[in-house]
Amino acid sequence: MSTLWARIEPLLARVQKPARYIGCEDGAITPRHDKIDGGDAVAWLLAYPDTYEVGLPNQGLQILYEILNERDDALAERTYAPWSDLDREMRAAKVPLFSVDTHRAAAEFDLLAFNLSSELVFTNVLNMIDLAGAPVRAADRAADDLFVLVGGHAAFNPEPLADFIDAAVLGEGEEVVSEITKLFWDWKVAGRTDRQSFLRQLSKVPGVYVPAMYEVTYDGDRIAAVEPRYPDVPATVDKRTIVDLAEWPYPKSPLVPLTEVVHDRLSVEVFRGCTRGCRFCQAGMITRPVRERPAEQVRTMIREGLRSTGYDEVSLTSLSTADFSDIEPVVRGILEDAKEIPGSCNTMTINLPSLRVDAFTVGLAGEVNNGRRSGLTFAPEGGSWRLRKVINKLITEEDLYGAVESAFSQGWTRMKLYFLTGLPTETDEDTLGIAELAKNCVAIGKRHTNRASVTVSLGGFVPKPHTPFQWFGQNTDEELQRKINLVRQATRRMGGVNVKWHDPAATTAEGITSRGDRRIGRVIERVWREGGLFQEWGEHFNLDLWASAMETEGLSMDWYVFRHREENEILPWSHLTAGLHKDFLWGDWLDALAESGVEDCRWTPCYDCGVCTGYGIEHVVASPIAPAGGSQGTGQDLSRGGEVPVTLMPTRRQPAEVAS
Amino acid sequence: MKLRVRATKIGKVRFTSHRDAARMWERALRRAGLPVAFTEGFTPRPKISFGLALPTGAESIAEYVDIELQHDVAAADVDLETLPARLSDALPTGFDVLVAGEREPGIDSLQQAVTSCTWQLWSPLLSAEDHFDACRLVESAELVLERERKGKRSADDVRPMILDLRPDPTGDRLIANLVTIGRALRPGELAELAYPNIDARDVRALRTHQWLDHDGMRREVLPLPADVDARTLAVLA
Repeated sequence: MSTLWARIEPLLARVQKPARYIGCEDGAITPRHDKIDGGDAVAWLLAYPDTYEVGLPNQGLQILYEILNERDDALAERTYAPWSDLDREMRAAKVPLFSVDTHRAAAEFDLLAFNLSSELVFTNVLNMIDLAGAPVRAADRAADDLFVLVGGHAAFNPEPLADFIDAAVLGEGEEVVSEITKLFWDWKVAGRTDRQSFLRQLSKVPGVYVPAMYEVTYDGDRIAAVEPRYPDVPATVDKRTIVDLAEWPYPKSPLVPLTEVVHDRLSVEVFRGCTRGCRFCQAGMITRPVRERPAEQVRTMIREGLRSTGYDEVSLTSLSTADFSDIEPVVRGILEDAKEIPGSCNTMTINLPSLRVDAFTVGLAGEVNNGRRSGLTFAPEGGSWRLRKVINKLITEEDLYGAVESAFSQGWTRMKLYFLTGLPTETDEDTLGIAELAKNCVAIGKRHTNRASVTVSLGGFVPKPHTPFQWFGQNTDEELQRKINLVRQATRRMGGVNVKWHDPAATTAEGITSRGDRRIGRVIERVWREGGLFQEWGEHFNLDLWASAMETEGLSMDWYVFRHREENEILPWSHLTAGLHKDFLWGDWLDALAESGVEDCRWTPCYDCGVCTGYGIEHVVASPIAPAGGSQGTGQDLSRGGEVPVTLMPTRRQPAEVAS
Repeated sequence: MKLRVRATKIGKVRFTSHRDAARMWERALRRAGLPVAFTEGFTPRPKISFGLALPTGAESIAEYVDIELQHDVAAADVDLETLPARLSDALPTGFDVLVAGEREPGIDSLQQAVTSCTWQLWSPLLSAEDHFDACRLVESAELVLERERKGKRSADDVRPMILDLRPDPTGDRLIANLVTIGRALRPGELAELAYPNIDARDVRALRTHQWLDHDGMRREVLPLPADVDARTLAVLA
């Protein structure tokens, strides 16, 4: 019962980027392991099923890591997916999955909890369970084996993983990890004998879904029913949501990696949730309502964070940071505080990800970038106003051109525009609109600089559970490729326009797992056994593995990926909810097909999506009026200056109106 | 003013790269609140420079960093006595600043000035006899090593790069003094030549000295004060 470091160390001399596996970060915690040996504290191994570089910056994992380690009855360490070279070395040397904090074997922990941010990592989850030394199938695990939990956005449809996990947590983890800890502690103290009895208790914790407690029956290809196996198991599992972000100023000691990671900077979450209502966006749908962090707390967290980490760059994170009520005073405050840090020499950079498309936003980005003009990204998502109404991303061409004009005039020379292809109702006219927009943006840029260039980035659309587009049949990879080619052809002779695209084959594979049911578990297992790891990585991705696994299991790609779903069909996640009424989602889907947008309920009356009313929570928004300078998603009349009164409490229910 | 500090890289952090260490130093200097000078331009960088890169996986008690402070900082403003502890506190575990000094104006950069390094090599797979045998390498007139750099293979005579090989007093380690001018012989490459019967990746390396040539005499860039020396040796034991 101790560290495996002496056995791991010789392996690290044989692999690429060994610093991925050493831990030692500033902010890392060395938990009291005497408690593990004493058998009382509940030991969590928090896992990110991708490489260290991708996983370390994950804020959800860092938050839970601190919350658990603050408890007397719990401890938490971290682990990330070993790259294929170390995987080989570990299997050859019989070294199991280990934590990076104290380098202990996974089997010394009670719970192995994965953060799932996308579906293509599912095969890595299986691999890590296997490396941990636990049976890959949950049904084969004994009382002494690890309990495997999953959480995060991709856990909102955990059905494809149902055979491999013990439980999935829906929604925000801040509170529920403590409830699980207490329950586990009781079971451990009682002798840790009957695994099933613990799982049954666990299934009653709000937000926790235990697949083994539910029976899925089929009628041919269709799901006939998903029913609890016992009367005390809830028929529907609701997501968890914290009421007030101000009560959770985490992470308090952000982890500072010793080696390069994807987001190597301080991150402070300024608000959670988004009600812009973009219909393709799962994050916006499942994280409602909007809860802002108080401006003063944001400023304090940044000041303390910079001081303790030594970073000179901070990212204000959220799903749409320019919508933060106090964005301007906060930004000014940060810049003021930075001057007091000795040696900072005004090199502080503030990063504003997920920006709106409007001139105000660009002005803000200009203020914070310290003269650096590396590149600016906008996401109109759809190539025509018609299509943007369908997806409810209500950016007018004037918004985009205003933003672009503003950016080029302030010294930016490179612009990146994100678009989705394969959206519902999309025509070739919409697709070609992408090229047209890009051409016009370059023309605006050329008025300012000859170096003006625009990169168009095309992503294939994957319909996601719990969104109004969950019923939509995904475009085939051939169709996506055809659309990509249309844009490439149309832009071929346009100077200054570059086109990049996501591999349509990977979009198809994501589609299999995104809306898959329990039967897809066999496909995931097969792909894993055939060596299909790190499927998010181009060099490892292989659609043939997925296609042949589907065929071998007798499952149809058409059925799972390309088929439109029907209104009264039981979807694999019908018994799981993010609080959104099915009527609301279906109504919003019909609105989409009717090309009708919906306002942002943060600043306009409630249209009863179901979340606030159902959970007795509400928006926490400091400013009662929508931000100036952009119409995106608000449906405002810009000439009136954004004077839309906010309603903090829902006042009326009107599903009929929404669906009409 | 310009500072020169000597630091360690010991333990798990030996698996970080030279580039990783550079980023760590930048953050540590900000955490310690040292008024470091910055380059001009749109992307100001702190004016710090590092000596010869330490191979990833190797440890050291002789890493050097030159730090330029802002113009208005006078020598009297910086307490060289307390600076090592102040910087060590701001650096990750395994990085310890052992001694700090003022870098006299006009002297060469570390990369130019250092002519040789002393290394210790050891492995649980090696005996005193293996180290004793390894010392015989110096008796060869020529030592041809096939190696690759930037995709190009070459066969080089590396014998001139070896100044001295001898076992340490315990017999458990090999002490090697290797030339650093020109294309250096890396400790891992020496291990390949010295211990043909084991995988060179199982041989550990520790840099103990970086030497300057001073009028034909070699001297350590920054020698360790006696008390620090004892402490460092204790850490290593």
